[in-house]
Order: sequence, then C-alpha cells, then structure tokens
Amino acid sequence: MSVLIYAENSKGKLKKSSFEAASYAYSVANMLNTDAYAISIGEVSNEELEKLAKYGIKKILTVNTAQMHSFVNQAYASVIAEAAKSLSSDVVVLSATFSGKALAPRLAVKLQAAYVDGAISLPTNDASFTVRKGAFSGKAFADVSMSVANKVIAINPNSFPIAENAQPAVVEAFAPSVKDTDFRTIVKEIIQAVDKVSLPEAEIVVSAGRGLKGPENWGMIEELADLLGAATACSKPVSDAHWRPHSEHVGQTGIAVSPNLYIAIGISGAIQHLAGVSSSKVIVVINKDPEAPFFKAADYGIVGDAFEVVPKLIAAVKEFKATHA
Amino acid sequence: MKVLVCISNVPDTTTKINFNDDKTVFNATGVQFIINPYDEIALTRALELTEAQGGTVTVINIGDPSTDVTIRKALAIGATDAVRINSVARDAFFVATQIAAYAKDQGFDLILTGRESIDYNGAQVASLLGEMLDLPSISILKSLQIEGGTATLEREIEGGKEVITCPLPLVASASEGMAEPRIPNMRGIMSARTKPLTVVEPVEVPNFQHIIKFEKPESRGQVKLVNADEVNKLVDLLHSEAKAI
Ligand SMILES: Cc1cc2nc3c(=O)[nH]c(=O)nc-3n(C[C@H](O)[C@H](O)[C@H](O)COP(=O)(O)OP(=O)(O)OC[C@H]3O[C@@H](n4cnc5c(N)ncnc54)[C@H](O)[C@@H]3O)c2cc1C
Ligand SMILES: Cc1cc2nc3c(=O)[nH]c(=O)nc-3n(C[C@H](O)[C@H](O)[C@H](O)COP(=O)(O)OP(=O)(O)OC[C@H]3O[C@@H](n4cnc5c(N)ncnc54)[C@H](O)[C@@H]3O)c2cc1C
Repeated sequence: MSVLIYAENSKGKLKKSSFEAASYAYSVANMLNTDAYAISIGEVSNEELEKLAKYGIKKILTVNTAQMHSFVNQAYASVIAEAAKSLSSDVVVLSATFSGKALAPRLAVKLQAAYVDGAISLPTNDASFTVRKGAFSGKAFADVSMSVANKVIAINPNSFPIAENAQPAVVEAFAPSVKDTDFRTIVKEIIQAVDKVSLPEAEIVVSAGRGLKGPENWGMIEELADLLGAATACSKPVSDAHWRPHSEHVGQTGIAVSPNLYIAIGISGAIQHLAGVSSSKVIVVINKDPEAPFFKAADYGIVGDAFEVVPKLIAAVKEFKATHA
Repeated sequence: MKVLVCISNVPDTTTKINFNDDKTVFNATGVQFIINPYDEIALTRALELTEAQGGTVTVINIGDPSTDVTIRKALAIGATDAVRINSVARDAFFVATQIAAYAKDQGFDLILTGRESIDYNGAQVASLLGEMLDLPSISILKSLQIEGGTATLEREIEGGKEVITCPLPLVASASEGMAEPRIPNMRGIMSARTKPLTVVEPVEVPNFQHIIKFEKPESRGQVKLVNADEVNKLVDLLHSEAKAI
C-alpha cells in the first residue's frame, strides 16, 4: 500500500499544483500509515524533482525519455498506471489541471479505480473513504464515497495549502513499457503566454464584464492584475463579443476558479457567472448599480463607476506595495 | 464520415438547486431540463463537418423516457438519428460504459462529448470512452478540423493552447469557441418528429463509487461596503482583515 502523486511540470519546472498534490498525498499517506511517492514524466531535472522531498515525498520516479517529452494523455496514463502497480499504490493523487483531467479518467479505467475529480477535501478516515467535490457548477457540494480498493483523486487547484514535511528522498529513473498505440496524437505546437499567470491556478483574479463598455478599456484591468500578480478573467458576453479571448471566460459554461481573491468589475452577478466563481475565498465587487445581484454574493463592495474607482484602486495598491515592500 | 455526439440532459443554467430532505437526491420537481450547453456546441460542429464532407450524425443519451424531449431537440437542430440507452445515468463511468458498449461495433469515425456536464461536472466521459474503446481522446477542444482521415485539433491548456494532429477514429470533448450553437428552425422541429430514435437496454456496470450526500455552500455574510472615495480602506481591509493581499 502507498500513495502516488503525478507531479506535473510546465517547461521543466514543477507546477505549484504538484506541491499541493504532494502535501495532500502526504496527509493521506499519514492517515493510512504508509508513504507518499511521486512520478514525473517529461524533461525535468533530478534537482528540480528533489524539491518534492520538502513536502513529504519519499521516492520520486522519473521518466525523462525523448518520446515522453510532450504530453499525450493516453501514454501518460499508461506510465502512471504502471508506476502505481510497481509501487503498489492504491491511491493516486493528481491536480485537476487541463492535462490532469484529460488523463485521470483513463488512469482510473486502467486501475479499475474509483475516481473523484475536483476534490476539495481530504478523504474521511474510514472505510467509506469519502471525498467532497463541487457539483452543479458551484451551486452545491457532493460527498462521494469511493468504495473499491483503488482510488484516483484529482484535487482542485488552489484548494489545499502547501505544507512542508521535509524528509530525505530518492529520485529513480523509471522505464515504462508503453505501446505504439499510446502515441497516436502528436503535439505539433504549444502556444502559451509564459509571462501570464494562468487563470485556473491564479491566487488572485481580476475580472471584468460588460460594464467596461469595450475592449479598449481593458488597459486598467491588466494594470491592476499585473500589480497584484493576478490573472485576468471576464464574463461570458465579453468573450462572446470577442472583447477578450474565450479562455478568460469564467462561470458555469466557462472556467471555474477558486482563487483567494476574486475582484469583479462591472459584472452584474448573474447566476451562471456566480456558479464559476462562488468558491473564491474572498470576493470584491465594484459596480455602479447598488442593486447589482453580485453584491449579495460578495465580501467587500464599492458602489461606483469603474472608470473612477479602478484608477484609484491602482493608486492605492501601488501605495500599499510601496509601504509593505 | 460517421459521427456520434453524446448529449446529456441537464437542469437549465438558471435552476436553483435543491435536494430531497435527507440530501441524498437532487430534487428535479419543477426543474426545466436542457441539452448540456457544451453538447450543443459538439453537435453543431459535427453538423458543420458532415454538411461539408458528407456523413451522418447520431446522438446518444443515457436516460429514462423523460429525456426524449431533449433528444428530439437535438434531432431538430439537425442530427440524423438518435439512440437512447434506457436507464437513469448513474454516474460518468456508467454513462461511458453504456456508450462504449453501443459504439464499439458501429464504426464511428468521430465521437464527440461536451467538456463537462453542468450538473455533475465530471469532465470524464470523453477520456473514459477513449480508454474503454482504445481510442485516442483529446479533452477541451477549442477547434476541430478534419481532412483526409486526420484531425487537427486545438486543446486548451493553462494560459494557451496546444495544436495536435491525430488520425481518426478518435474521441474528443467540445468547449466554447469551437462552434456557435444552432437554434432549431421550424423545418427542423417538424422533421425531428419522424427521425428514428432507437431505444436500447443498458448493460450491467459495476459500481465503484456513489454520492452519499449533497450540501449547499454556506452563504457569505453581509457585504462590507467601502465608500468610492476611500479606496485605500478596501486595500487595508483586504490586507489586514481578509488576508487576501
Ligand atoms: C446557458 C447560459 C450559460 C451562461 N454561462 C455564463 C458563464 O459561464 N459566465 C458568465 O459570466 N455568464 C454566463 N451567462 C450569461 C449570464 O446570464 C449574464 O448574461 C452575464 O454573466 C452578464 O455579464 P455581465 O455581468 O458582464 O453583463 P451585464 O449583466 O450587462 O452587467 C454589467 C454590469 O456592469 C455594471 N456597470 C455598467 N457600467 C458600469 C460602470 N461604468 N462602472 C461599474 N459598473 C458598471 C452594471 O450595473 C451591470 O451590473 C450564461 C447564460 C446562459 C443563458
Ligand atoms: C435522476 C438522476 C440522478 C443522477 N444522479 C447522479 C449521481 O448521483 N451522480 C452522478 O455522478 N451522476 C448522476 N446523474 C447523471 C448525470 O446527469 C450525468 O449523466 C453523469 O453523471 C455524467 O456526468 P459527469 O458530470 O460525470 O459527466 P462529464 O464527464 O462531465 O460529461 C461530459 C460529457 O459526457 C456526455 N454525457 C454525460 N452524461 C451523459 C448522458 N447521460 N448521456 C449521454 N452523454 C452523456 C456529454 O457529452 C457531456 O458533455 C444522475 C442523472 C439523473 C437523471
């Protein structure tokens, strides 16, 4: 028995979500009186992988062959399944990132495992092994009992604190036996803004809606986001009108986010919008209409014109940063 | 080209979610059901592709007879025919097993799902199907082109996209931007009534997990309003009280 994490990297660096998964797995391993291990796939240095030791991982398997350098969910699922079998891991933990979600169901089928996606709690310490996840697009939680021996849990990014539990760890090369048919999809190109904070993983999100009137007014939104180290997001009508890309659209039919801080500017707070953002820890709303429904779902609010309030907020954050540097 | 589009019957996005008294079952009383919005996108793209290149679009749903209304809507949008696996959809694994059992000898070139259902938000069915049918699966498409038996797809990733090629057959899940969902017209609605809807009995599926309880999130307390002339105060509160910056 053991707990295995899939440690995902981006361009050779372990993702923050991988440290969250490590911290989660360490807690689960403690509960089950066993150890937590990791498997990394792709071009990652051993030195980088050793960082996982700080979060309680005892052994790290690495698959760093050229064939495995770009992500193919089918092949990655095969490798993780083989690693889980060789380490007798009955619980596999990964982060519910785009790639994590694309491979985890395949992994669950291979391991004949129960699978919970987007977990927001640790499993209960009993035979029911119950994990909580969001359902109905943020309008409810579901407690899911995983009643078979093998389990795969994809945890929600930003839902678990990273906890240090340093101990010595070894890094070992792992040679999986992948099949040709695992590699039918070929990655031709990756188009990614490296300097931008990615929306699903962002700790702070600055989001704006139709109240901003047009795409030319997003300069102040980006400036505020840059200052706060935040990702930018928008409401659906904004991306439908092509003011902003679809990848920024949050809500029930867009990306669901759960940052520490969500700042909504000129967004009315429609039920479909709230569905994707309501699990944010702190919500700030800036809207000129005191009756905007979003104020009912917010922790802090300013009733005012965004074109006056946002520049003031930028100045206030600059001042704050100058005094708290 | 033979395309299969999986459609889920879900509560309308404006639905207030309620459960029965012991919080174990979703209370569907008075709830309006719709085609899962992402599945409409998948269906529209499938129709665009087959209209341009020839072929058929079959829709499949796992549901009891009450979901026929939603299936007829998909036929009205333009699907060629429909299949309903006659069972309540227990969970994503159950759904995928039923679809795989039906699809395995039908020779589909392309199987499309939505990125996730807006009720149980599993985002699983496409990858499960890929594994069960030993086909490649690509999740969360931003675009899909097909030429000469090969698909070129863009998949969403954190902060960008991946451009992928893959030979048919394959399974993929659709998301926003891939197509503008079509609204059925009168001719579509009329012809939907006579298009074939085949009902198939389900296969047996082991149960690996189950939902033991639902809960609604606690509501936030009263909002704290800050005067628009005292924006500094908001920054202070976010730092010292909310510990968010
Ligand atoms: C099936 C379906 C799915 C949907 N999914 C989503 C989804 O995933 N995400 C989503 O966001 N929406 C979704 N919607 C749309 C949703 O119902 C709302 O229409 C949408 O969220 C409204 O966007 P908005 O708040 O930007 O615009 P509006 O509702 O037009 O609100 C604009 C707000 O800006 C305020 N405002 C105007 N000028 C200023 C100013 N100068 N300063 C400050 N405030 C100002 C106004 O008071 C108003 O409250 C969906 C709808 C449907 C039917
Ligand atoms: C009365 C009732 C009770 C239910 N109770 C539960 C429950 O307790 N737990 C639970 O997990 N689910 C339950 N469901 C089923 C649920 O509606 C989904 O069909 C199923 O769970 C898959 O959801 P998902 O979010 O995991 O799928 P996802 O993987 O998010 O769905 C992705 C895609 O798969 C396809 N798909 C999903 N469902 C179907 C379907 N039924 N038929 C055809 N294609 C489909 C669609 O293309 C969809 O876009 C219930 C359904 C009903 C009618």
